[in-house]
Amino acid sequence: MTAKAVVSRGTVVIDVERCKGCDLCIDACRPGVLAMTEIDRNMRGFRFPQLVTEGCTACRACAQICPDYVFQVWKYDEPIVTERRSG
Amino acid sequence: MSITILPTNGPPTVPAQLVEDFTPSLLNDEMHHLCPGCGHPVAMRAAAEMMGELELATRAIGVVGIGCYTGFASSLDVDVVQALHGRAPSLATGVKRMRPDSFVFSLQGDGDMVNEGLQEIIHTAARGEAVTAILLNNGVFGETGGHMTATTVLGQRTKNTLDGRDAALHGYPVPIANLIAQLDGAAFVGRSAVNNAGNVARTRRMFRRAFELQMAGAGFTFVEVLTMCPTGWFIETSEAPDYLGDKMAGTYELGVLKDPAHPAA
Amino acid sequence: MPARFMEGSEAIAEAMVTAGCRFFAGYPMTPFTEVLEHMARLLPGVGGTCINAESELEAIGMAWGAASTGARAATGSVGQGLSLMQESISELCRAQVPLVVVNMSRGQTDYYQSTRGGGHGDYRTPVLAPVDLPEAVELVQYAFHLADQWRNPVLFYGDYYLAHVQESADVHPYEFGPLPAKDWIVDGLNGGTGNAKLVSPLSSTKHHEDRSGYGGHLKFVAERMATMTEGIEPMVETGFVDDADFVVVSFGTAARYVRYVVGLLREEGLPIGFVRPITLWPFPSDEIARVAERARALAVYELNNGQMIDDVRLAVYGRAPVEFIGDLTLDMSGFGISPDYDVERLLVRIRNAFTAQMSEVS
Repeated sequence: MTAKAVVSRGTVVIDVERCKGCDLCIDACRPGVLAMTEIDRNMRGFRFPQLVTEGCTACRACAQICPDYVFQVWKYDEPIVTERRSG
Repeated sequence: MSITILPTNGPPTVPAQLVEDFTPSLLNDEMHHLCPGCGHPVAMRAAAEMMGELELATRAIGVVGIGCYTGFASSLDVDVVQALHGRAPSLATGVKRMRPDSFVFSLQGDGDMVNEGLQEIIHTAARGEAVTAILLNNGVFGETGGHMTATTVLGQRTKNTLDGRDAALHGYPVPIANLIAQLDGAAFVGRSAVNNAGNVARTRRMFRRAFELQMAGAGFTFVEVLTMCPTGWFIETSEAPDYLGDKMAGTYELGVLKDPAHPAA
Repeated sequence: MPARFMEGSEAIAEAMVTAGCRFFAGYPMTPFTEVLEHMARLLPGVGGTCINAESELEAIGMAWGAASTGARAATGSVGQGLSLMQESISELCRAQVPLVVVNMSRGQTDYYQSTRGGGHGDYRTPVLAPVDLPEAVELVQYAFHLADQWRNPVLFYGDYYLAHVQESADVHPYEFGPLPAKDWIVDGLNGGTGNAKLVSPLSSTKHHEDRSGYGGHLKFVAERMATMTEGIEPMVETGFVDDADFVVVSFGTAARYVRYVVGLLREEGLPIGFVRPITLWPFPSDEIARVAERARALAVYELNNGQMIDDVRLAVYGRAPVEFIGDLTLDMSGFGISPDYDVERLLVRIRNAFTAQMSEVS
């Protein structure tokens, strides 16, 4: 379990209630920082994505592929370096 | 083993710029009523964002056909004329002829354009009308519940081809973009998809190119976007991107079929 | 403007351009083709556009798009081609788009199509039926006025004879009064403001405030149709009806012959009159009812199997017998003058009908 330095260039805001659980964002995310919930559901009964680790590059792929316009993407003025927690 | 979830319910607390809002500025904020995993709103986002980037909103007139996407006639914040099934290219012709400085686009599904309106799109392209025709192609009549269209691919299951489209029984699909590309009146013809991030980026580039060419006076431009319809395809939403890539893109090659910058050899 | 000797198609086209029509699309079909030819010749000179559409469906589609931008637009065909346009005509009514549709009919067999509406749904279109070139010049322009006044398609009912007969006509502009501003049109300038326009048969706005949906829109359109019905004055020409025992009703070119023959029979002393509806919709029912109070019998002369006679009977409402004295037209191809209209034949037919009716009702 080694910690690696991870650069986050941005982050997302997720409008959970808009999501209809299609999973498109997961594969679209190249740094792989998103994962769908397994048990949790939104008010309409759909699983939804969560930001599960650092490393978002603010590439906007999630926002651009989401059919339900769930994502808002922010780019940090200064990239943030953290240690990624594995697991 | 628990996963730490990072906060995503509000803007970041460190200095940051908003680089992509939930909804593009030219699309109304309301939630649409399309199925989970539908590719249409992905394509619409790309089109709306390219119109925004090229500052076309204050000269844009859209002509929208009849299908699952008809709701965008209301949610798109540009002037729109609603057409009947198949008729959008003719209405777009009349609009552009009377408002030649406007950016005029038509928006149709495959059932609308290739079934009901086949002659209209061909003639509009042959005439070289300076409009951009957009085709959202998911190979089904979605709004009526998932029936075969002229672009349903062989082997594709629909409500009236439950064993998969069989050439002997149902004939062959019509690759409309390839037909249009052969017409001298067509300046730009491209086919893209929205089943993965790479294709979404390609779709955005194609829309941008087609829109720019219209405003530069190049003539008729055509962008076909293969979109997912997991409901009409009888599959899980998570399977739809691969289904599109394997089955549909296998029949309909992606890429630029015609561009005035690259005349055919 | 001095009168010129010209064929009806040319007069109609010039009248359209005089009315400000700047877009025309059509598909060649006899006897409508010359209207398209003349519009193709005239429109470029005034900065307009005439398109030889690849089909009637496309012709009315193009005109729909053009009209949505605020231009005065028109299309046309023959009844057979108008059959193809019916879906669009009915939806144009619900989309509230002004459009003039010219029918250079083969005979008078398109009365039902024009007034009952060959399309689907609840809708009405005003129908204007001129008797000759000078009246056609006025009614074409009135059609554009009505279309803009009510935001509705308006049908112009001509025929082969009107298209190809040559007469002296003075194509001067007619004024019909003020019109509401065209604030509903799409001009592309409203995008990104939240106030972009929607021209649609499914709704009147983009629904941001209005939640009434498609049903609400249909109700709104029905109310407008009712207002339009009340608001258009039916037009009719009558002759010798104040002391007529027998009245012949006819429209269009047929009425040109009927009124002449009725005049001849009057000179012989027969108490006979004529009624010529000019607006086939709204039908001049009140005038026909008034005439039927006085007359002892009516007859309808039309070149079809009996179509306008339904509306005459509805207006007469049992006050007097109504007999069909018309004919199937022989002009089904539109390719030649047929012996449909003949003064001698009509004299015999109307005199016989008069004699038969008067002996029955005495």
